[in-house]
Amino acid sequence: MAAVAQLQRQFIEYTTSLHNEGYLDDQFTQLQKLQDESNPDFVVEVVSLYFEDSEKLLNNLATALQQKSVDYKQVDSHVHQFKGSSSSIGAQRVATVCVHFRNFCEEKNLEGCVRCLQQLKQEYILVRSKLETLFRLEQQIVQAGGQIPMME
Amino acid sequence: MCDQRARMLQDQFSVCVNHVHALAVLVSTFHHYKNPSVIVQDTFAEYTARTAFERPLLSGVAYAPRVLNSEREDFERQHGGTIRTMANKEPSPHRDEYAPVIFSQETVSYLNLLDMMSGEEDRENILRARSTGKAVLTSPFKLLGSHHLGVVLTIPVYKSKLPPNASVRDRIEATAGYLGGAFDVESLVENLLGQLAGNQEIIVKVYDVTNTSDHLIMYGRQTQEGDVTREHVSRLDFGDPYRKHHMTCRYLHKAPISRTAITTAVLGYVIVILAGYMFYTGAIHIVQVEDDFDTMQQLKVRAEAADVAKSRFLATVSHEIRTPMNGILGIILDLRMLALLLDTDLSSTQRDYAQTAEACGRALITLINEVLDRAKIEAGKLELEAVPFDLRSILDDVLSLFSEKSRNKGIELAVLVSDKVPQIVMGDPGRFRQVITNLVGNSVKFTEQGHIFVQVHLAEHSKAVQDAKFESCMNGRSNGPQSKTLSGREAADDRNNWDRFKHLIADEESPFQVLTSDGNSQTVNLMVSVEDTGIGIPLHAQELVFMPFMQADSSTSRHYGGTGIGLSISKCLVELMGGQISFVSRPQIGSTFSFTAKFTRCEKNTVADLKRSLYDDLPTSFKGLKATIVDTKPVRAAVTRYHLKRLGVLVEVVNSIKTAVTGSGSCSCSGQPDMILVEKDVWLSGDDLSNIQVFGRALKSPKLILLATNVTSGELDKAKAAGFSDTLIMKPLRASMVAACLQQVLGTGKAEQGKVMANGSVYLRGLLREKKILVVDDNRVNRRVAAGALKKFGAEVECADSGKAALDLLKIPHEFDACFMDIQMPEMDGFEATRRIRMMESQVNEQQTSGSMDGCCDKQAQARKWHLPILAMTADVIQATFQECQKSGMDGYVSKPFQEENLYQEVAKFFESKPATDS
Repeated sequence: MAAVAQLQRQFIEYTTSLHNEGYLDDQFTQLQKLQDESNPDFVVEVVSLYFEDSEKLLNNLATALQQKSVDYKQVDSHVHQFKGSSSSIGAQRVATVCVHFRNFCEEKNLEGCVRCLQQLKQEYILVRSKLETLFRLEQQIVQAGGQIPMME
Repeated sequence: MCDQRARMLQDQFSVCVNHVHALAVLVSTFHHYKNPSVIVQDTFAEYTARTAFERPLLSGVAYAPRVLNSEREDFERQHGGTIRTMANKEPSPHRDEYAPVIFSQETVSYLNLLDMMSGEEDRENILRARSTGKAVLTSPFKLLGSHHLGVVLTIPVYKSKLPPNASVRDRIEATAGYLGGAFDVESLVENLLGQLAGNQEIIVKVYDVTNTSDHLIMYGRQTQEGDVTREHVSRLDFGDPYRKHHMTCRYLHKAPISRTAITTAVLGYVIVILAGYMFYTGAIHIVQVEDDFDTMQQLKVRAEAADVAKSRFLATVSHEIRTPMNGILGIILDLRMLALLLDTDLSSTQRDYAQTAEACGRALITLINEVLDRAKIEAGKLELEAVPFDLRSILDDVLSLFSEKSRNKGIELAVLVSDKVPQIVMGDPGRFRQVITNLVGNSVKFTEQGHIFVQVHLAEHSKAVQDAKFESCMNGRSNGPQSKTLSGREAADDRNNWDRFKHLIADEESPFQVLTSDGNSQTVNLMVSVEDTGIGIPLHAQELVFMPFMQADSSTSRHYGGTGIGLSISKCLVELMGGQISFVSRPQIGSTFSFTAKFTRCEKNTVADLKRSLYDDLPTSFKGLKATIVDTKPVRAAVTRYHLKRLGVLVEVVNSIKTAVTGSGSCSCSGQPDMILVEKDVWLSGDDLSNIQVFGRALKSPKLILLATNVTSGELDKAKAAGFSDTLIMKPLRASMVAACLQQVLGTGKAEQGKVMANGSVYLRGLLREKKILVVDDNRVNRRVAAGALKKFGAEVECADSGKAALDLLKIPHEFDACFMDIQMPEMDGFEATRRIRMMESQVNEQQTSGSMDGCCDKQAQARKWHLPILAMTADVIQATFQECQKSGMDGYVSKPFQEENLYQEVAKFFESKPATDS
């Protein structure tokens, strides 16, 4: 039981740090709240969808920006998608980069766009690893027979 | 002017001459006819001195006898002096005859013994005078002694009386001497004219014109000055026919006529210049106006651009602030949670920091929403709905939103709607709710203890009672002021106390008959008041209350938060509802805001239908039950009674538990109460405690229910021990919550919890339960999240990944109750999709109408018009977007990601107002 308590504390600390460092925002908490007995894997399900879509979008963006004549409209719509799903799961820092990205798109600034894509990749990989760690913690808690603590 | 002067001078002159004549007669009578003479120099001097006023123009007179050369020696001897010449006053050389002065006025005494005939002018004068026998004048010359210009008058004196026709020779023979006088014209005329007004402006000259070619000046300076053109000449007659004189007068300055001419000319010139200037400025003005117009147009274009920019700015800012703000709020909450879980209590300062930060964050988000709301109203785009709604349940909902806060503060929060107010009225429930929420929200914010009391009455009834206030005061129960308000604390508007209140809630036998309450009128005028016992509004700030962004002072916003925009929005809304808002406030006592609003009565037959659909939540299983309320405060008891009556419970109010026990025992006709509700403070006031226990043991069948605003766990234990094991109802009271409690207590329904504390999300679940909702979003993740949220509230959710897919799903007839639509989607965006949906709907509706006219359509379909509530889901909630939403036929919007409150408000708007959709 002490192990569970420790895991729970770790989980809380970790979640808090994710919030503090701005990786996640309130929306993620809201997401967690939506999860209940009738819908036990809701968060993981949504986040997995997010991962799939994001990787597709990142690939699409990389391809689009390598074209000889860049279709900025296309790029913008990809980034819009990315931004929408990121804010939906509360991946705040990714969403913020998307906002900048769209500004460069509007200016048709290729250099800025490419730089933003790099940033976007970085932020995405970061948030993905963070979320994966969080889910592992959750799994451990559940395996240890504990309850996942609710964050407010 | 000149003639007048001439006449005057002439008159004076002749007066002088006449007098000199008289002197001549005197001399001839008393000097020559008398022998010896009776006149000596002294006599003459004195006489002439005393009669000098008679000769104003003469400076002096003197008499000189005619002395022949042969008589000279005798004469000189007799007078003791030699005859001298006038020129150098030397003894005179030999002449044929002499005229030495023997008598003289004192002023000319220097003439004594001077030979008058030695002066050229005098000599001529003497000769002419004695030959004519008349007074004669010399031409003007410099007089001896004064060196003034003058003329000398000479009158002959004869030895004997001469006949009128005497010859010149006879006259010369008879001549005895000559009387002479000197006219000192210069100084004497000066004196004379000096007496006349206006002499400064007029130059007067007197000329001797005997020689027509050479005018000799007698008076006035020789220089030519003054206006020669306007010279007047007047003749003068001094009585000497040989001499001719005239006087000239001229104005010293230029003629007034010419002055007028100059003035006219100058004025004319000025007018011309002015006119010219006016034309000039007119022309300049036109040019300027044209320039201004251009500038204005440019400014207008810029302003419009700025407006668009502002909207964009708001969009960005609202989003950019909201997101990090939510992050911050999350962190704060987590921080507190973390501390709680780790058992490390935050220090009070830290907790304070955390709370302040949280409050600020919430305030900021509220501000953004309010600013957006106000912008909507200002754009004039706000139109009120007219749908049937139950205002009692709306008031209950509002109360539930604030129940947590009021409970934490220990404030009594209560609502009471008069029985005379219809169950269902037509109006805009969303806006009515907004106003009430704002007023109650303010009251909760500014009240630390006491109560907040919302009342709804018919405006006419309320007024009638107010008019009868005097009577009610007379009849008023002799309750202390303590018991006259809800919580016993004094309120700002003391008309709202029990004295008046009991009439308002009085039953049908109320003496105040109101015409409009008989159901004939279609309009329902409601009077809503929200009374609190808060800090009140400072007097100086009272007139600013309804101005946007005005708060009492800057410290108010620092301490209590908020933007001060809420009341201005409320005012706009109330005015849109055909009412007025006002308030009475007393600092440190509290405020009472009241507003009126016009609604329309519902048709009787529709009410019945609606009642069913709207009122399903209030169970009817309590009808006919009896309850006794134990409460010492009549207003509070009335509120409890109001909620119980809504459930159909018969109510009796008593003052103490003792009365409740004895009353229920003795009054068998009313039967035993099924429940006894006791207020916490009545129970806690010591002496009743034993009664409770006795009561609790003695009577088992009535259920004991404790009513309280807040309880400590200690009190709860005590209550259980005391017999309140059945239940505890936490205030604020709401009919549905009371029903749930009673169900639990009486076992008539499924028991859920001991304490029922419904809040927004519970209510939201009630609204959305079993509703079929379509979520349209091209983004998988978003779709999933939105669906998850709606499912959480009990809705049945289906998803579409594009506008086209949505159109397929929404082909009529469909089963959906609502649609949540993403705006920005590829191919077909949310606006376009909505437009097409609306088009489909109107086509079907038209077919239905035409179909029903053909009589081939059943009543069910005829009654139902297709209108699917569509809500936009957007991250940028700005006015422009809102307008676009409305234009394309959407019913509202929710911000993405979902926020509970926002979702609740929007969903409540059409699920309540469109009850037909769930039929």
